[in-house]
Amino acid sequence: MYQDDKSEARRIPRVSRRRFVQGLAIGGAIAALDGGRRRAFGEAALRSPEILTGKHFELTIDSLPVNFTGHRSVATAINGSVPGPTLRWREGDTVTIAVTNRLKTPTSIHWHGIRLPADMDGVPGLSYPGIAPGETFHYRIPVEQSGTYWYHSHSRFQEQTGLSGALIVERNGKDTIGFDREYVVFLSDWTDTNPETIFSNLKEQSDYYNYHRFTVPNFLSAAKKKGLGPTASNRLAWARMNMSPTDLSDVSGATYTYLLNGNAPNANWTGLFRPGERVRLRFINGSSMTFFDVRIPGLQMTVVQADGNDIEPVTVDEFRMGVAEVYDVIVQPKENAAYSIFAQSEDRSGYARGTLTPRLGMAAVVPPMDPRPMRTMVDMGMGNMAGMKNGGMAGMDMSGVDGMKKSDMPASSKDATDKDKPSMAGMDMGNQSMAGMDMSSNAGKPATPSAHDDMQPMAGMEMGSSSGTTPFPQPGPTTMPIMAMSGNANADVNLKPSNPVQMRVGPQVDNVPMQVSERLNDPGVGLSGNGRRVLTYADLRARFRGVDPRPPTREIELHLSGNMDRYIWGFNGQKFSSAQPIELKLGERVRFVLINDTMMEHPIHLHGLWSELENGHGEFNPYKHTIIVKPAERLSYLVSVDTPGRWAYHCHLLYHMEAGMFRTVVVS
Amino acid sequence: MSNLAICNRCAFRTKHGFHVGSVVFAVLLWFFLTSATRAQMSAPQPAAKADATVPAMEPPVMDNQIFYHILLDQFEDRTNGPDNELRWDGEAWAGTDMNKLWLKSEGFSTNTTVSDGDHEALYDRPIPHMRYFDAQAGVRADLDSGPKRAWAAVGIEGLAPYFFQFAPTFYIRDGGNVAGRLVGSYDLLLTQRWIVQPEAELNFYNKDDPARQIGSGLSDLDTGVRLRYEISRKFGPYVGFAYNGKYGSTATYARKAGETTNDPRFVFGLRLWY
Repeated sequence: MYQDDKSEARRIPRVSRRRFVQGLAIGGAIAALDGGRRRAFGEAALRSPEILTGKHFELTIDSLPVNFTGHRSVATAINGSVPGPTLRWREGDTVTIAVTNRLKTPTSIHWHGIRLPADMDGVPGLSYPGIAPGETFHYRIPVEQSGTYWYHSHSRFQEQTGLSGALIVERNGKDTIGFDREYVVFLSDWTDTNPETIFSNLKEQSDYYNYHRFTVPNFLSAAKKKGLGPTASNRLAWARMNMSPTDLSDVSGATYTYLLNGNAPNANWTGLFRPGERVRLRFINGSSMTFFDVRIPGLQMTVVQADGNDIEPVTVDEFRMGVAEVYDVIVQPKENAAYSIFAQSEDRSGYARGTLTPRLGMAAVVPPMDPRPMRTMVDMGMGNMAGMKNGGMAGMDMSGVDGMKKSDMPASSKDATDKDKPSMAGMDMGNQSMAGMDMSSNAGKPATPSAHDDMQPMAGMEMGSSSGTTPFPQPGPTTMPIMAMSGNANADVNLKPSNPVQMRVGPQVDNVPMQVSERLNDPGVGLSGNGRRVLTYADLRARFRGVDPRPPTREIELHLSGNMDRYIWGFNGQKFSSAQPIELKLGERVRFVLINDTMMEHPIHLHGLWSELENGHGEFNPYKHTIIVKPAERLSYLVSVDTPGRWAYHCHLLYHMEAGMFRTVVVS
Repeated sequence: MSNLAICNRCAFRTKHGFHVGSVVFAVLLWFFLTSATRAQMSAPQPAAKADATVPAMEPPVMDNQIFYHILLDQFEDRTNGPDNELRWDGEAWAGTDMNKLWLKSEGFSTNTTVSDGDHEALYDRPIPHMRYFDAQAGVRADLDSGPKRAWAAVGIEGLAPYFFQFAPTFYIRDGGNVAGRLVGSYDLLLTQRWIVQPEAELNFYNKDDPARQIGSGLSDLDTGVRLRYEISRKFGPYVGFAYNGKYGSTATYARKAGETTNDPRFVFGLRLWY
């Protein structure tokens, strides 16, 4: 159908020794090297990437002929697999990973969401120069957290060509979630088109992949329904700005085939269960450009973890995943029936699909895709408050949220909860000493791994925690908040951005919204009022109290900006190459305020440090690594600047990042 | 901008337009390439700033990449039955987001002659505080079967509100000759692939140029409406109707030469880009 893309398919090298894999690219030929002890998790998980466990891993990156679409193409594979093997680490271990590059170009692997020394973060140009062809790089990572994460290349567009995989870190201690069976559900977007061509096409014609633009018949049918006047004035209002409400995803199903664990929809990845079991599904959005709306018709999903951090269980019918976001859900199918895992792209141009079934051979009906949504003037920052409230309320079935008070809203400059409750309240001292141990074990980890042996528990507590100069532990059942220094108690009052930004339109900025609002209660475009209970950011309440109750002493305001027509993206109207790094001071606690001036969602990812989303849950605000900012939304999150180094900070839409929506964050 | 001033002076001093054109083209190319390089080099090096001991590395993202595209907007046969002519109108650009080199070319060709041959090389840069318009400056060479002319060119090109493609350009050459050109087009989608494109080009001159059969005032209008089918974004065959009209003393010259001043024709052709 989309012949333009086929004609641009990458040439296939004639290398006969390479495997040619039909329909999926799970080779595993080079795998099973020493240290990578295989384990059959979810024994019947058909056609999933293989699982590697242990403390030492050997990964080989090479090109691999594949066929996901009916046409042959070339992927970038890890150990002969697309996605790469699922790695299982254990909290408390120090893992080593030898990554060998057999490509003709430099490569890299970034461990998304993992807190580690900056030189192990895997970003060429910041952490290291990358892994040159023929070379092996040895990662050494002390694992101080648990949960579901993923890894991917940070070199140009290799992520788009398949260089990514799931990363699971098992908790050191008792599992907090409880499940009988688990599967990774790794979602990705595959294209036979060379990503360089996609990028170039977008520069020439930014709606190249939008095959749902307004047409004359659209206009006529809308005019018939809503009247000629309102339809015409609506269309003209958009056209006056040279923008289109049909602009949902820059790259669409016109070129993408959406994959689930490396399986195209017709290949139907299948996971088995016994009726009544609690099945944990680890959803990872490992795509380059696609937001997925995920549901399992007939089953409710209880979301238990977001971006690797436990949250208070919240039961939903559906949730949206921004690129790079991770959600763990529990489903408990009781019937002896098959269920479809259905992940449609935000623009409804395609879907990824798999099946949960009690026995092989059963399949459930694949539901039709929902109607394609449209952007509204609220997304342009031109809605009135009434309209906005309605928009927010439509999707606001907030039974699970109790901490939502007006005074808790991130828009207010102080965090009421922090003030009302002394940070030590409700904690017994036994726990406290454990927390001290926990934190001191982190002290000076990058420089002196031997700190384990000769640590001073209380010194570790004081040095490492309250000053924030050594990594805080991930909140868990045994961690507790550090004691905030009294001098900082009022620091948050009347906090002003340290860098007030005045936005104006120009070649790099096609819109400055008149009105931005917090849209945490809004599940997102196309999901409000669809009759299903859809997860919102307001639902995310951390299960364990945050470890750093200090109020922020500084606010950094960043506008997410861009010019869709020119396909230039950036922060504060500047792309990476014309901007200075964001400087953070080791030990400080800062608030990032993001204001989305564009009409698209941007999943913003800060490397190396947690982003504590200020969604009204106070000290139970969720820890995330990737935060979606909706069009014309203003939201904020807190960051404990506890790990030095040069970190990447960017929009995780791959082509936005390469177009300039990237900053270096320097912690020193 | 100093090199642009040089261009203007050259154009005023000499009548050997073709050579001036190539010299100015070279100057523009040089300016373009060096400014692109400057943009790359002036990119801040966070690595160096944060830690002087870190070895030099490629930046983590390359957002000053040079792209290039070629668009042949009209590549068509125009026919009124007995008479056929080939029409082309295309453009190409290469460069970064902020610095581009544009080449434009258009003209008519019959078995015997090439007419209205217009070729331009322009430096292009987005206009500050404007979202969708670029400023362009460079040279235009009239190269066809008629006498050659060289012009200095200054214009803007971009997307006007309501998705109108719009490009007014002014030209100056020796002897106080001034010309203007207005180009506009619009894409009307019947479906995602069937697209109607009305388009018009108007040319103005301040002085007569009898050797090229051009009169002062509005000299000619070339307009048309084309229905294309985008087999892909980059490959769209079309059919349509085009009208070429000559006005004022340009029309008088045409009548004297025994040519028509009202020339409606059917067209069929290909829209291509790369």
